[in-house]
Amino acid sequence: MNEWEVFRRERKGQPFEHAGSVVAPDADFAEAWAREQYGRRGESVALWLVPREAIRDVEDWADEFDLKYRRVDGYSIKARLKEARERAGTAPGDS
Amino acid sequence: MAAVEVPRNEQAFLEYVQSGGQVETTDWMPDDYRAKLIKFIEMHGNSELMGVLPEREWILRAPTLQRKLALTAKVQDEVGHAQLIYRVAEDLGKPREQMLADLISGKAKFHNVFHYPTYTWGDVGVIAWLVDAAAIISQKALLKCSYAPYARIMKKICWEESFHILHGRDVILAMVTGTEEQFGLVQEALDRWWGPLMQFHGNPIPKGEDPMYLWRIKSQGNEEARQQFLDGYVPQILELGLELHDPKLRKRDDGVWEYSEPDWDELKHVVTGHGPKTQERLAFRKHFLDQEQWVRDIVLAA
Repeated sequence: MNEWEVFRRERKGQPFEHAGSVVAPDADFAEAWAREQYGRRGESVALWLVPREAIRDVEDWADEFDLKYRRVDGYSIKARLKEARERAGTAPGDS
Repeated sequence: MAAVEVPRNEQAFLEYVQSGGQVETTDWMPDDYRAKLIKFIEMHGNSELMGVLPEREWILRAPTLQRKLALTAKVQDEVGHAQLIYRVAEDLGKPREQMLADLISGKAKFHNVFHYPTYTWGDVGVIAWLVDAAAIISQKALLKCSYAPYARIMKKICWEESFHILHGRDVILAMVTGTEEQFGLVQEALDRWWGPLMQFHGNPIPKGEDPMYLWRIKSQGNEEARQQFLDGYVPQILELGLELHDPKLRKRDDGVWEYSEPDWDELKHVVTGHGPKTQERLAFRKHFLDQEQWVRDIVLAA
């Protein structure tokens, strides 16, 4: 018996999302369980089955180069915006 | 970008889950957390599996074809829930065969309400409406469980339970708008189930002392769940002209429900294997597990 991870797509155009897992002796049984458990009520338009051991888990999340400029929290505009507004005389309450 | 690490010592882990942190199967976890999770999830799975038996008895006796189909679908859903839930417990390290063996030997428990007999179609309505309503309150609280794989499958389970409540409510509405006799069957069933329903969410242990809450396996205390049940369903019961025979039942001005002390001795007696239908239903499960052993043997040998 092997574990299979089940991914389901709820509606056309949506991404596949991890739903859960099934244990089965082979792919056909895994498909039967997955259909039964994740598609019986028409709650999925597509299912993916992936043998658990085929999943490659990316573990190294080092942030050696300080890449926060790639994220929204990498920019602290609040203080500078305030300063700019004061300089231009457009700060709230200035009018 | 550094992923949030699940802390690798018990105290830090406890603080992590208490501040809303979630844990995945492959993360480190304290032994006590794993053991409590397995115990809790296993009992939930057992309850789904045993919970279909009182309803199964009524598939052949359902009053109309539409009710028969709805009841069959509900039974199928609940067995499906047992499969999803056992899978989560299995991934935590307890083999399914062992869980089924512990269920049948009486070592593992299942919910009190599934130890009682059903007498009429009124019982089926009350189970589908109110027992499921009580259960969905506990299950919705599990959507925030600190163990993420369990929380995820709960989404699907709650979605299906919402059909069951509607089905139950429809059964009840059909009966209370029917003949006097039909109305009477609902009232009698309600009288039978009210005690077990009041016991359902467990004794009012303060949540700070409840290990399941401490580890954030549950996100609410027992009494909180019972209050939510009373608040949601007492008005719905009374508006149908049904009666609740508890002289102390009332909602205080501060919104808290008062009620007669549920029979905690009965609860303990029933869930430890002494309910009126406990042994018969376990024997039924055992019979089918034995009878279908050959199927599992073939599948495993495939």
